[in-house]
Amino acid sequence: MNRRRSVTITVILALIAVGIGIWLSYEIRWFPVAASKQAVNSDRLYHVLVIASIPIFVLVVTAILFNVWNFRMRPGEELKDGAPIHGNTRLEVFWTAIPTVLLLSLVGYSFVVLHENEKKPAREIKIGVTGQQFVWTYQYPRALTGGAPLNSYELYIPRNESVQFQIHSRDVIHAFWVPAFRLQEDAVPGITTNWRVTATRLGTYPVICNLLCGAGHSLMRSAVHVVSQARFQEWLKSQASAAAGGSSGGAAAGGSAG
Amino acid sequence: MVAQLKAPGMIRGAVMFLGGIVFAFFLTWVIRASTGHSTFHHYISGDAITTVALMAAPLGFLVGLGGFDYWFYWASGRKTRPEDHSGHGAYTWRDYFRINTDHKVIGIQYTVNSFIFLLIGGLLAMLMRAQLAQPGSHFVSANTFNGLFSVHASLLIFLFIIPVFAGLGNYVIPLMIGAPDMAFPRLNALSFWLLPVAGIMMLGSFFAPGGAFADGWTAYTPLSDTAPVGQVFFSVAVQFAGASSIMTALNFLVTIITMRAPGMSFFRLPLLVWANFATSLLVVIATPFIAASQFFILLDRGLGFNFFNAAKGGDVLMYQHVFWFYSHPAVYIMMLPGFGIISEVIAVKARKPIFGYRMMAFSLLAIVGLGFTVWAHHMFTSGMAAWIRIPMAITTAIIAVPTGIKIFSWLATLFRGVLRLDTPMLFALGFLATFTLGGISGVMLAMIPFDIHVSATYFIVAHIHYVLFGGSLMTIFAGVYYWFPKMTGRMYDERLGKWHFWLTFVFMNATFGPMHVIGLQGMPRRVATYASEFAGMNLFISIASFFLGASTLIFVYNMITSWRGGPRATGNPWRGMTLEWQVSSPPPVFNFDRVPTVVGGPYEYGIPGAVHGIFAPPPVPATVGAGSGAATPQGP
Repeated sequence: MNRRRSVTITVILALIAVGIGIWLSYEIRWFPVAASKQAVNSDRLYHVLVIASIPIFVLVVTAILFNVWNFRMRPGEELKDGAPIHGNTRLEVFWTAIPTVLLLSLVGYSFVVLHENEKKPAREIKIGVTGQQFVWTYQYPRALTGGAPLNSYELYIPRNESVQFQIHSRDVIHAFWVPAFRLQEDAVPGITTNWRVTATRLGTYPVICNLLCGAGHSLMRSAVHVVSQARFQEWLKSQASAAAGGSSGGAAAGGSAG
Repeated sequence: MVAQLKAPGMIRGAVMFLGGIVFAFFLTWVIRASTGHSTFHHYISGDAITTVALMAAPLGFLVGLGGFDYWFYWASGRKTRPEDHSGHGAYTWRDYFRINTDHKVIGIQYTVNSFIFLLIGGLLAMLMRAQLAQPGSHFVSANTFNGLFSVHASLLIFLFIIPVFAGLGNYVIPLMIGAPDMAFPRLNALSFWLLPVAGIMMLGSFFAPGGAFADGWTAYTPLSDTAPVGQVFFSVAVQFAGASSIMTALNFLVTIITMRAPGMSFFRLPLLVWANFATSLLVVIATPFIAASQFFILLDRGLGFNFFNAAKGGDVLMYQHVFWFYSHPAVYIMMLPGFGIISEVIAVKARKPIFGYRMMAFSLLAIVGLGFTVWAHHMFTSGMAAWIRIPMAITTAIIAVPTGIKIFSWLATLFRGVLRLDTPMLFALGFLATFTLGGISGVMLAMIPFDIHVSATYFIVAHIHYVLFGGSLMTIFAGVYYWFPKMTGRMYDERLGKWHFWLTFVFMNATFGPMHVIGLQGMPRRVATYASEFAGMNLFISIASFFLGASTLIFVYNMITSWRGGPRATGNPWRGMTLEWQVSSPPPVFNFDRVPTVVGGPYEYGIPGAVHGIFAPPPVPATVGAGSGAATPQGP
């Protein structure tokens, strides 16, 4: 019958739309380059979410279009009413239970990713991060420098090593965000916050203040350099000798808030 | 002249407004002089005077306008004026500019006032988009830009979405439940006049030294503790807007509980009434929290309380918890009445009963309950204790279930209906599509590792605009078109309405859709400039947003010309069953000449002979029964 045919066509069109949606979700470059272990996990989570969302969105839009196409008022129906359907308990239980299960499984998966991303590794190095209007400074403790603690405007971290950032603020709230790592946390006056990352890709990536901190907020930017272990040690040494050589300018003036 | 000064009204209001300023001047002077500020320079502090004046002057205005007259007369033991209904109804345009106790007048006051602030708020957004059309532009300064988005958000939340729903509710609820007015008409009148006060105060902050409040509508401390005096305009304006919200919500609750017509049981209430009942519960429970958060800021700023000064043992994160304990439920305060509107529009325009009426009502209550358990999902990256994220993520995911039930029920309501695809229905259908997208991105944001990346980026901006523009504003347009004939007695122009819908729908998606992507790619929100890689997308968004703004002009033109000269509307142009359509358009001053009796559900479309309410036959004139005994023995 006519209704059955239009249902079949609608289902086929919807499946095609879902297919195109999922294909697009692979084609679109959603994120900046993933430069950490955590980023790879988060991106996979995002992709799962997108793939789970596409059928739901297509379902809603298809249902609207199907109903509009089949049940729109035609000339002569100005005084006609629809079918007096008040509900269907089975259907209502179905669309309460299925989304609940789906949502709980997704949130469960997100906890797995969260746990994986925040897990404390056997070995990690700690670097201090301090936000103030409108600059970031970074503190390398004795354990890393081997000599005097180092305060720097530049952030170098070694690749393939777990780094925990200990984040502080001197004035208002800032947020220490590295989009390439997919990680951020607020720098809050009075407390120390943190996140840990294992950078996996060499390169230089933006550090962005992502919480409104005043008129200079948009320009409160910095960069993180992911370098090899050898290069990292080299850089630490060069910084230490520069500091010892008496060039106390620049970063040293920022002081240590650790 | 003296009589005019003594009578309640704008003139007395202006005088008492000035009185408030003078009071603030002397109060701060006396206090500062008596607490050790020795030099003349210290006696008089602009910030202190401003802070006190912002509270005293508007209160003076409201007293002068007559908002408190009745209670003052009563409290001081003077004779209260007998209720002669002289303050009721509007006969000239002047009646809209005074204390008016008619819920229909107040509803229109609310709605028109809200739309004025929508236009202003939208204009501010377009100034922002002009600045963001290219990176590094100097259309406005960074500080002004921060002020623009802060005032934009504050106006549209506190002066548009929340009050416009209260306005539509004010007009429609008493009519829908068969009541002659709201339970507390004087409180209702006062609650309206708090709104222009709050809105003008927020806008006035642009003229404060140091510029408008510039730390977002969230006003996170310590930034707001140390910001220039413009911040106080926000903190105080929120008190006025919040007080207005609470008064109206109490009024709605009492009206709905106590003033339903005979036979109007809770499960015969139209879903708009249910939605406003649920919203009012949220408002009365949650709104005191934002009032508190802003009082904390005021006390910190004005009197050095150090609530949020970490150096003195203050707790910075506490502000965010208190703030979001209101501001998350506020998202539902801004959405549930819209759900109600959509239920009305879809039932009438599809000519069908609402699918699963009881579940629709229960899901509203479920949202009220769950709405209080999710606030910290705004704080996943705030540095709060890590474990709080886990339960909040679960509740955030679960709160999508009742919302999903509503979406699916509306879709099922369309099935086998006879869909009239006119302007209100188009907005309702458009709402279903865009709000679903906003809901999906909302569920994604419950997933903590993903939220950690996109928190405070343009992805959030996209999400909130899909929910508030694609969600709330679409429902508001649907509701305004739907009840326009009832409120004005005129029909709007259907052709312009459809143009308005399609332009809004297309450019809304063109404006806010791409924001998802630039957010994922790493563009932070609330920035006056950005990395050049986002230049193309931002230019596109800016152009789309100007078209979106322009599409609103069609709406404004349609409303104004139709109100002045549209064709006369009949009492029930949509053939609706709910009670507001059973009276003339616009309704009589006291709504119902005869008390309606409700005998069935509100949406029994398609059932032959079904009615929702009937009007009792007019009372038999007493003289007939008394005079002729012969006529009496006819009764059954």
